[in-house]
Amino acid sequence: MPLAGAVLLGVATSLLVVAQAVLLGRVIASAFPGGQDLSEVSDELWILVAVVGARALCAFGFETSGRLGARRVVGELRASLTAHMLETRPAGLRGQRAGELVTNAVQGLSSLEAYFARYLPQLVLAVVVPVVILIYIFPRDFAAGAILLVTLPIIPFFMILIGLAARTATERRWRTLSLLSAHFLDAVKGLQTLKANDRAQRQLESLRDTGEQYRKETMVTLRIAFLSSLVLELAAMMGTALVAAAVAIQLINGGLEFSTALAVLLLAPELYLPVRMVGQQFHASTDGLTAAQECFAVLDAPAAVSVPAAPLPSPDPRMGPLVLENVGFAYEGRGEAVLESIDLTISPGEQLALVGPSGEGKSTVAALILRLLDAQSGRILCNGVDLLEVDPKEWRQHLAWVPQRPTLFSATLAENIRLGRPDADDGALAAACADAGLERLIDSMPQGLETRLGEGQRTLSAGETQRVALARAFLRDAPLVILDEPTAHLDAESSAEIGDSIARLSQSRSVLLVVHRPALAAAADRIITLREGIVVDGQVER
Amino acid sequence: MSSARALKPEQNRWRALERAARLVSPRRGQLILSIALGAGAILAAVGLLAVAGVLISKAALRPEILTLTIFTVGVRAFAIARALLRYCERLVSHDFAFRVLADLRVRFFQRLIPLVPEGLRGIRSGDVLSRFVGDVDTLQDLYLRALGPPLIAILAIAVLAVAVAIVLPAGAVVLVAAMLIAGLLLPAFAARAGRHSGLREGPARAQLSAELVELVSGAAELAVYGREQQWAQRIEQADAKLAATERPGAWISGVTSGAGVAIGGVAMVAVAAIGVQATAAGQLDGVLLAGIVFLTIGAFEAVVGLPDAAQRLTACAQAAARLETVTQAPVPVSDPPSPAPLPPGGALVFEDLCVRFEGREQPALSNVSATLEPGSRIALVGASGAGKTTLASCAVRFLDPSSGSVTLGGCDIRELSQDALRSAVRLVSQDAYLFTTTIAQNVRLAAPEASDEKIIAALARAGLGPWIASLPGGIETLVGEEGAEVSGGQRGRIALARGFIARSQIVILDEPTANLDAAGARDLLSAIGSERSDRRAMLVITHTVEGLEDFDEIIVLEAGAVVERGTWGELIAANGALARLSAAA
Repeated sequence: MPLAGAVLLGVATSLLVVAQAVLLGRVIASAFPGGQDLSEVSDELWILVAVVGARALCAFGFETSGRLGARRVVGELRASLTAHMLETRPAGLRGQRAGELVTNAVQGLSSLEAYFARYLPQLVLAVVVPVVILIYIFPRDFAAGAILLVTLPIIPFFMILIGLAARTATERRWRTLSLLSAHFLDAVKGLQTLKANDRAQRQLESLRDTGEQYRKETMVTLRIAFLSSLVLELAAMMGTALVAAAVAIQLINGGLEFSTALAVLLLAPELYLPVRMVGQQFHASTDGLTAAQECFAVLDAPAAVSVPAAPLPSPDPRMGPLVLENVGFAYEGRGEAVLESIDLTISPGEQLALVGPSGEGKSTVAALILRLLDAQSGRILCNGVDLLEVDPKEWRQHLAWVPQRPTLFSATLAENIRLGRPDADDGALAAACADAGLERLIDSMPQGLETRLGEGQRTLSAGETQRVALARAFLRDAPLVILDEPTAHLDAESSAEIGDSIARLSQSRSVLLVVHRPALAAAADRIITLREGIVVDGQVER
Repeated sequence: MSSARALKPEQNRWRALERAARLVSPRRGQLILSIALGAGAILAAVGLLAVAGVLISKAALRPEILTLTIFTVGVRAFAIARALLRYCERLVSHDFAFRVLADLRVRFFQRLIPLVPEGLRGIRSGDVLSRFVGDVDTLQDLYLRALGPPLIAILAIAVLAVAVAIVLPAGAVVLVAAMLIAGLLLPAFAARAGRHSGLREGPARAQLSAELVELVSGAAELAVYGREQQWAQRIEQADAKLAATERPGAWISGVTSGAGVAIGGVAMVAVAAIGVQATAAGQLDGVLLAGIVFLTIGAFEAVVGLPDAAQRLTACAQAAARLETVTQAPVPVSDPPSPAPLPPGGALVFEDLCVRFEGREQPALSNVSATLEPGSRIALVGASGAGKTTLASCAVRFLDPSSGSVTLGGCDIRELSQDALRSAVRLVSQDAYLFTTTIAQNVRLAAPEASDEKIIAALARAGLGPWIASLPGGIETLVGEEGAEVSGGQRGRIALARGFIARSQIVILDEPTANLDAAGARDLLSAIGSERSDRRAMLVITHTVEGLEDFDEIIVLEAGAVVERGTWGELIAANGALARLSAAA
């Protein structure tokens, strides 16, 4: 829709440009050599003012509608992008670098906005305006028309050439800039380490030297890259100069009215202008297209979690065992499988500890049971039902999870704990807090449970965050609880306290405890060791 | 982010900008050249149009074709000059931009050096440092994109006004007036009208960005707890809020762009009318009429970039003010006027060390004494927050104690230069940073002349031998952005290798076992305790205590004070704090 509007406004603008040139030509010609005075051309002047007003309105409409339309498109795209990511790749989000995804969703889409708001409308003008102007000029002055028609394609030609060369030069400049920026960021973030190693002064010299070296290298390529725009500029300028000469000869030969000659000369730069402006939006176009490609790559990526078309009702982990049969899994783009073939069973009410060195796929087992990922081979069954046949959302209602690094959302502490059970009453909330050992923290906070957490607000330590996640799990009151390294980042005393909370949580529930601290695993009913993707020390009864 | 900072008096901002602008003053010549070239390019384009107008006006009188040669040549000369001037301007300005950026980075890095880490206590987070870098990058626009366009415009308009004034004074008045309106009033209107929504736009954008970060990092938890819908809605709301703050901007820029066209058009009509009148009255040679009208049309190129320049100027001022909130933090430690020579060796002695942080009731350290003899191994243990890292900071003068002293070989370390001290006492901190380069370069940081063999040996001593051997690229493997490609344990061990390879008399290891599992932590600590091939002393700060059997002394800190000290055997026998820590693990 915005495109149709842009075409309409583009045609109107072109007609007004021609009208303005013709009227101005008449006004000037009537005074010289016509010899008329101001009162005799006042009608033309007023019409000219009206034309200018109309052009201004068109310019306003072009800018405003373009930007509003682009914003709408981008807003819709952003919403479907986030919904899609959440739906199909909840764990994939964690794997990829958060910053990258956010950059795409905010900055990437902003450059798409620039593409819709600026590049596309400008492209429309670049097509419509020259056509309308040439239609006016050709019947009146063939030579001038021919000059314009021949020189005009030089501009897109060299723009394409710039575009191609850009991959080696203009973009190289951008790459250089972002490289230098990354180098600087690296130095700033690592400054404490540099200082401790007595290298800060050296880094200062390195910043100066790399900057200088990149400047020299880039300037060599730019000297050549800018030649294309030199030719482009020259084509537009020489085109106008040649039209002036051609028109002058026509005038001397008597083949052209003076007023028409003025109009033709006025229209020559107007013809080149929109085409040159497209070139200025070159980055908006490439950035926009890259952003669009990235968006579609996310939207088209295969889902990490499949949702069956006709899901079976979800099994209840209280009613039967959870069984992993020959489960294998490899992460995308990494050749080696994390899990070769896992077999394990968690009976209702059982506490199972999964131990093993880090990087051996313990957390992957947790993600598979949580249906944040789908196994590539083998089956996961609960009470005899294959979990792939079940809607993941329904299955997850039976689960609670304390991840290795829990996320605190910017909301109040109470809202954060209510994540898994938004309708929990205050009594249940207080009980969950007590069970997770959060009381001391709550007492220390100015507004207690209503204290807001998150950016610029109160921040919590790793241990406090773990307790909040435990409180979430308590409040959720789910039959199967998965705890992933709940004490990984805590000192001995804090982890002993958390251990007590975990013991309380484990009462009357099935628990999968992923852990490397022996003290915590000791409390489990069974310990299973995972190494190189298989269970090496399975089913050890305690 | 903090609203207090955003609301600082506007004056402050411009002062900060002025101070930032001075940083680049040595490059004034290049700046002037680039401005002259820019103005020249505009004047050439305007000259082309004006001379073309005169050319066809003369032609209309049907003279001999040869009498027009000078004008046809003039038109072409202007065309070529325009293209060449623009080319040169782009080269000069890009070269200048690269130099300015390097200058700015060096200057601001220089200012940051004395502040890290203690000077930035409280504001030191990855976020603040990223913004610091972003702000320095923003300032590179100051000259070419913020100050350049207005200066170019002023120069070009002055020349054009003089040229018009010679033949049509009233026309010159109209021209200058229209330029002032288009170049000054219009951007000012846009800035004023956009200020309100612009002030709200920044926070709205930041909020959307923060919501997205949160959503991305917490997506798995939201999925498990079935709250995807609500959070997707939060994103939509944040996006709608941002869209609402952007909408006035779209209208304003539409109005600005329409008004720009209108002002240019009206100026053109006005100059045409004045010119017609003057021609009819015989005050203006009719041959020049078309040229002057054409010149008026062309002249507006000079003011096209000004609204954008105004925006960038504001952005630069905000960046400069934010930078000053960091760079004007008080410097926590400084070098003595004439530093003493580094003692050739000897013990590092902490005597009655007390440290108090402003705004905290409890001292971080109170009356802590310790002696680190050459070749000895001392462990400093205690729960997090007990003051262990504060002691390490005092040893390398990231921080000076409130009372008490640290001496090296009998010389108070405040008498030494910081660089000399840190070459003798090497701290491997808990949050050691990995630079975006190879493993070898990251280790070599601590000993620039070290051979590959030494690096491999140091990495092996840090427990990374098998891992390095398994890597196809060996020690030349890249560690990724900020070490993202290596695990937390590997990161800690690479940092540890820095401590082993450093040629310092004294090495302080702060939590070397932070990311290791229990067995790995024990092995590492016992290796440090038993391996005594060199004369260097080591102070190990740790919260895991298994593996400290061979250490010469273990000092247990609680709430900043020493609660017990002795060898492993003595302390376990005493069944005190260390015994409790050992049992808890």
